Amino acid sequence: METSHTLDVNGVQHDVTCDPQTPLLWVLRDSLGLTGTRFGCGAGSCGACTVLLDGAPVHSCDTPMWSADGHAVTTIEHLGRPEPHPVQRALIEHQAGQCGYCLSGITVRASVLVDEAHSSGRTLTDAEVREALDGHLCRCGAHNRIVAAVIDASAGQA
Amino acid sequence: MATPSIEANPLISQWIDISATGVVRARTGKSELGQGIATALAQIVADALGVDVSRVQMQAPGTGSGPDEGFTAGSLSVQHSGSALDAAGRAARNLFEVEACRAMGVDEVRLDDGWFIAGERRTSYWELASSVGLDVAFDAGAGGNVGSRAIGTSLPRRDLVDKVLGAPRFLHDLRLPGMLFGRVLRPPYRGAQLGSLEPGAVAALPGVEAVVVDGSFVGVVADTEIHAREALEAARVNATWTGAAPGVTTADVRTFLTEAAAESTPLATRDEDASLADTVGQARLSARYSRPFLAHGSIGPSVAAALHDDAGLRVWTHTQGVYPLRKDIARALDVPVDAVSVEHVEGAGCYGHNGADDVAYDAALLAFAVPGRPVHVTWSREDELGWAPFGPAMVVDIESTCDGDGTITSWTWNGFGNGHSSRPSTLRTPSLLAFASQSAGHAIPPSNDPPMTAGQGTGRNAIPGYEVGAVTAVAHRLTEMPIRASALRSLGAHLNVFAIEQHMDDLAQHAGADPLEYRLRHLVDPRGRAVLERVAEMCDWPTRPTGDAAGRGLGFARYKGTGAWCAVVVDVEAEERIRMQRMWIAVDVGRVVNPDGVVNQIEGGAIQSASWTLLEQVRFADGRVVSDTWEEYPILTFNDVPPIEVSLLDRPDQPWLGAGEASMGPTAAALGNALMDATGIRVRALPLTPESIIAAMELQA
Repeated sequence: METSHTLDVNGVQHDVTCDPQTPLLWVLRDSLGLTGTRFGCGAGSCGACTVLLDGAPVHSCDTPMWSADGHAVTTIEHLGRPEPHPVQRALIEHQAGQCGYCLSGITVRASVLVDEAHSSGRTLTDAEVREALDGHLCRCGAHNRIVAAVIDASAGQA
Repeated sequence: MATPSIEANPLISQWIDISATGVVRARTGKSELGQGIATALAQIVADALGVDVSRVQMQAPGTGSGPDEGFTAGSLSVQHSGSALDAAGRAARNLFEVEACRAMGVDEVRLDDGWFIAGERRTSYWELASSVGLDVAFDAGAGGNVGSRAIGTSLPRRDLVDKVLGAPRFLHDLRLPGMLFGRVLRPPYRGAQLGSLEPGAVAALPGVEAVVVDGSFVGVVADTEIHAREALEAARVNATWTGAAPGVTTADVRTFLTEAAAESTPLATRDEDASLADTVGQARLSARYSRPFLAHGSIGPSVAAALHDDAGLRVWTHTQGVYPLRKDIARALDVPVDAVSVEHVEGAGCYGHNGADDVAYDAALLAFAVPGRPVHVTWSREDELGWAPFGPAMVVDIESTCDGDGTITSWTWNGFGNGHSSRPSTLRTPSLLAFASQSAGHAIPPSNDPPMTAGQGTGRNAIPGYEVGAVTAVAHRLTEMPIRASALRSLGAHLNVFAIEQHMDDLAQHAGADPLEYRLRHLVDPRGRAVLERVAEMCDWPTRPTGDAAGRGLGFARYKGTGAWCAVVVDVEAEERIRMQRMWIAVDVGRVVNPDGVVNQIEGGAIQSASWTLLEQVRFADGRVVSDTWEEYPILTFNDVPPIEVSLLDRPDQPWLGAGEASMGPTAAALGNALMDATGIRVRALPLTPESIIAAMELQA
């Protein structure tokens, strides 16, 4: 049974009609054309679909529309505007990726970490970054570059 | 020496197009798989022509105007495509230089970013573009010496910015006017035949445009991804299945591999009379090694798009080979090859023959149901981990002898398993998954192994690079294939190098020798010795990590015996499970095109190999792959990855070699040897999980 939902995505209000169980991921990719958020597993296991819901990272693939209704969603597309987020600059600086498919989700989660580090005025540690990203799968093996980039971003070096 | 790429595409114009606008368009048949090949090839073209690399645009592979270079496989893209583009670029430069001299009435010009300069006078590729034809044959030795400007620099990857910003770049993001979305219902188990399906119930759902049933193939097409997903789930509930599943289960894979019907191919045969007699009475070591089936496990599922209209069939795909895929799609559809065109668009990371070709054919079949509308098809995670071809399970037996000094005097290798390639167009019938389900289709034939000249499959790296006396090697390729297998990064080299290097450590121990010294004693090849010596320096060999459960292991191989040299040392702690502490890698890929790109490939390969070696195993029962979620098929995560140091031995005067697969075997080998060093337990059955360590302890006791 389709119902209507209101969503603030990257600062813009959207009205979406769909089954309330429809995952937020598919509304973003399909209904709103925001394809930067990746489909990886559909089960909240790989982190590729991570977005911010009211500022907190969630797996959009297992976030049903009924639970996102009325909330504010931030996607990878918004992090890069108007200027790339420090995490994005650092990832490029470190050439931290191979295929890059996992990077949207990682970038979104890392942006929260780095923003928190900036507001508390401290640099993230290697262990902290690994722990925070441990739920994000990367198959190409770019882990260490990604960790180094996030640490640099937290230190304001990118 | 002519490469296969040049033989198949002999004209400069097949590779390089120079336009009056100051842009060079270069074509390749090699796909960007996340390995950065498009960036490296642009560097090669820039230097061959003498232009700034920013002028070079790489065109993605396509069957329209792109060269046919077979598959993007075997760590050969820089060797084949790079060498062809280098030669084509040099040949083009020669033609333009002659024309520049003629046009300016001079005997000599110098070249600066595409400008030909003689004193005060100058002209350029761009000005001369219309007067120099490039439909000219060239050979591999074309052109003179040109300097390196782009080559040897760590030029940033061209694709990465889009990916970090979330801009549309992947085939997953492709949206064409009028596009529809498809999903395919895979059977619940291997061997299942469709019993019944009521298409009307699915077709009546919102947005559904077509329900396609052909034999046991079931697909849906809808106006949105959301509706396609809903239609697929309705079809799943609606369908009934019959038919028997193949009997083989995870537990009996090793038995199956050694007892199933096989075709035996000798890869090396010693002169029995001359050498065997000498080894009688010598110490003899014989052991069996194995690995399970492995999944590709790309983070992005396979995806494709197709459009069928009056012009024929167009396919957008992240295949490794646009021409072979076109041929197989045409064979499966029984249409002329010319009726199909195939274009490459980047997908998620590709490590071999995954589901890319299969989903392309899925999209093609669905496109026929909605003529004039492009159809975009995405696989599910379960399809990806459960239905894409797997890297073959293997069993390897090694028997060696050594004399009283510990010098190896003979070596016998027998390898068992399915062939390592069922790639499109290489088998007698199409190897596209859906074709096996169609009513007029055919089961996918058992995989082949590439020939020795292409590095073999089961037998890849079967023959040690060491001096081991008389060598016998026989590959036993299975002639039945209940679990579909095909090429996965490094093919048989992963297990073969693991096996050889465990064996070498055991022989060293028998001889009371240090593992590094023992290898060097049996290794003549100076470039092999150099990477071993370099890695030893890096990790301060033979210093060992301290602690009861700590160990250090070494692994070495020259990939395929003809490719890059790579040595790996890893420190581990082996308590409840093996945790890597540090890793050092030395590698010689000849002349380095993009140092950072090579380091990225070598390090990424090592991490992926460590994941295979420590954790991974495809599990199945009753024809169903049960390891079809990330929970059931875990891979290495951020917390598991240790600091890794990679050192390149740059050889600017040597030919360039591929980097993508060189670290797979040595990493697996180093891990096994580190586990032995830490625990005294030799585990020969991969993966090196707590369960296999316990099994090995019981065997040892």
